[in-house]
Amino acid sequence: MILSNEQLKRYERQIIMDTIGKEGQEKLCSSKVLVIGTGGLGSPAALYLAAMGVGTLGFVDSDCVEISNLQRQIIHGTPDIGKPKVESARDRINQLNPHVKVEVYKTRLSRNNVMGIISKYDLVVDAVDNFPTRFLVNDACFFAGKPLVEAGVLRWEGQVMTIFPGEGACYRCLFKEPPLPENVEDPGEAGVLGVIPGIIGTLQALEAVKIILGRGKNLKGRMLIFDGLNSSFREIEVPKNPRCPLCGEEPKITSFEGK
Amino acid sequence: MQIKVNGEIMSFTSNITLLQLLESLEINPGSVAVELNGVIIDRDNYGKTGLNEGDVVEIVRFVGGG
Repeated sequence: MILSNEQLKRYERQIIMDTIGKEGQEKLCSSKVLVIGTGGLGSPAALYLAAMGVGTLGFVDSDCVEISNLQRQIIHGTPDIGKPKVESARDRINQLNPHVKVEVYKTRLSRNNVMGIISKYDLVVDAVDNFPTRFLVNDACFFAGKPLVEAGVLRWEGQVMTIFPGEGACYRCLFKEPPLPENVEDPGEAGVLGVIPGIIGTLQALEAVKIILGRGKNLKGRMLIFDGLNSSFREIEVPKNPRCPLCGEEPKITSFEGK
Repeated sequence: MQIKVNGEIMSFTSNITLLQLLESLEINPGSVAVELNGVIIDRDNYGKTGLNEGDVVEIVRFVGGG
C-alpha cells in the first residue's frame, strides 16, 4: 500500500523511528486486528491500535453501553449509554482515525461463529470478560493458527501473555480448563480499578504492533503480571506443557467442532 | 526449609507439600495454576508434590475480567 501525504504526516513520529520507517507503517496500515470485547481492555487496545494506524479493526461484542461501564471502558462516552458497544466503538474510532476500516460483529462469540470471524484477521486481541469465552478464543486461535494477545484484569491486578499457536505455551498450557465459577471471583462482584485495564490493554496494543512489525521480543512463553497496589510487574516463564489438552503431546481437544 | 514463592523467600520449619503451601497462604487450589521450578503442576498432584529446599514456586491466579 502507498501512504497518502496525510498519512505520512499523521504517522510522522512512528515513521521517523528507524525500527518502523515507511515500510513498517505500511505494514501497520495493511494489518487486520480483531478485538474481542469492547470493554475495559478492548477500549484502550483499540484506541491505540487505531491511532497508530492499524488498517482494519474488527470488534466483537453483544452488549450495550451501561453507565457502570464508563469508569474503565474509555472508548464509550456518556451519550453512548444504551447503544450497542460495537457501534459506539466504531463511531469513536472513525472520529479518531478515519483511515481505519472498522468491522463490527454485534454477537456473542460461540463455537459456531468464532472460526468464521477470526479467519479474516491477522491476529486477535482477547479482551473478553469471562473464562468460557477466553478458552474458546484460545482454542479457536490455535486451530486457525492466529497469534493471540491474551489478557485479564481484576481489582488492582492484570496479566498479559502472547500466544503463537504451535510455538510456545498457550493459555491451556498454564490453565488447563476454565475454573469452576465458585472458585474464582466475578469482576462484577470483586470490582476493578478503572486504570488497570487501561495499563494492560495498552500493553496488548503494544504486543499486537510488535507482532505486525515483526520487531522486538513478544511475551511468547512469558506472562507479565501487574500488581497495581505495589506498582510492580512480575514476569513468569510459561513453558509449553506436554500435558496441555490442546497443544500437548497427547491432545484431548483435536478438532474445534468435535470438542 | 526456604523456598521462593512468587519471588519472595518463605521459610518453613518442616517439609510441606504444594497443597499445604497453598493452604498456608489461604489460596483455593481451584483458583490458581502453579509452576514448580518452571514446570506446570497438575492440580490433582498438588497434595503429592513435596517441596524441597531452594524450590521456586510461581502461583498464578485466574484473572478473567476484561
